[in-house]
Amino acid sequence: MIIVYVLVAVMLVASIAAYLFKDLVNAVIAAGLMSLMTSILFYFLQAPDVAMAEAAVGAALVPAIFIIAIKRTGRYEE
Amino acid sequence: MRRIIGIVLLAIVVLGITLSLAEIPFGTPKTHVGDYYVNEGVKETGAVNIVTSVVLNYRGFDTLGEITVLFIATIGLGALLKTHKERKKKRDVTPASLVLSTGCRFLFPLLIVFAIYIIFHGHLSPGGGFQGGAIIASAFLLTYLGCNRARANERRYKLIESSGGLVFVIVGVLGLIFGGYFLLNFLPKGTPFSLFSAGIIPIIYIAIGLKVGSELVSVIDNMVGESV
Repeated sequence: MIIVYVLVAVMLVASIAAYLFKDLVNAVIAAGLMSLMTSILFYFLQAPDVAMAEAAVGAALVPAIFIIAIKRTGRYEE
Repeated sequence: MRRIIGIVLLAIVVLGITLSLAEIPFGTPKTHVGDYYVNEGVKETGAVNIVTSVVLNYRGFDTLGEITVLFIATIGLGALLKTHKERKKKRDVTPASLVLSTGCRFLFPLLIVFAIYIIFHGHLSPGGGFQGGAIIASAFLLTYLGCNRARANERRYKLIESSGGLVFVIVGVLGLIFGGYFLLNFLPKGTPFSLFSAGIIPIIYIAIGLKVGSELVSVIDNMVGESV
């Protein structure tokens, strides 16, 4: 059960980092890491269906779409 | 004065939420519907994966609504970004290196095969149309990023998306015709644990997989556009 606490700790750190980063690409990577940890957590909580959807959408598609959006707008937050 | 009123109101809200949440015994089953699905689901729907039997059989109409929400979001994005596509600015792109483009070409069919496996086995193992569709979209995303100027055919993915939605609704209406209920499982259930079982569930999941996949591909296609 210790791995669940490690995952939750990484999720907390990653989400706070995503909030604090001024470089939005770094923030997107941190949010993607949060999604990946969420997906592993779903797997350990015996919800493999949700884990697959979370890994494919949250850790692959959403960061890519965000990065394309950042490329079209601005990279740094004031 | 306003600040004091605000703090008092906040305290009342916090107190109310705390008191009401303290009364709820979390984790204890209040309804018996979950037990019913676990015990009777395989017998009634033929799908070994209980999640699938709930998503596509007991709550199939809700899934149709979810598909519609994704469809509307895709249409909105397309309508918003289509105007950008008119003025094509072709910027100089550094071509992807040989390793990257070859790796993408190597991985793309494997990802598609994995997605098809996930979709076809939605009623037997974890996964299904949504997950498989997302994997299809990530395979296309890989080619958009890695292969030079590889683009999905717009007419084709629009056709696939429309026919996926149409198949879902037609199967539902056929249930209405044959059994009197929308999305009734009118086909034979077959033996559990075999690929051709669970009646209409695999058909609907294939339709959902194609629809979700092509919708997400169209999102990526609209966002990337011509400018990358």
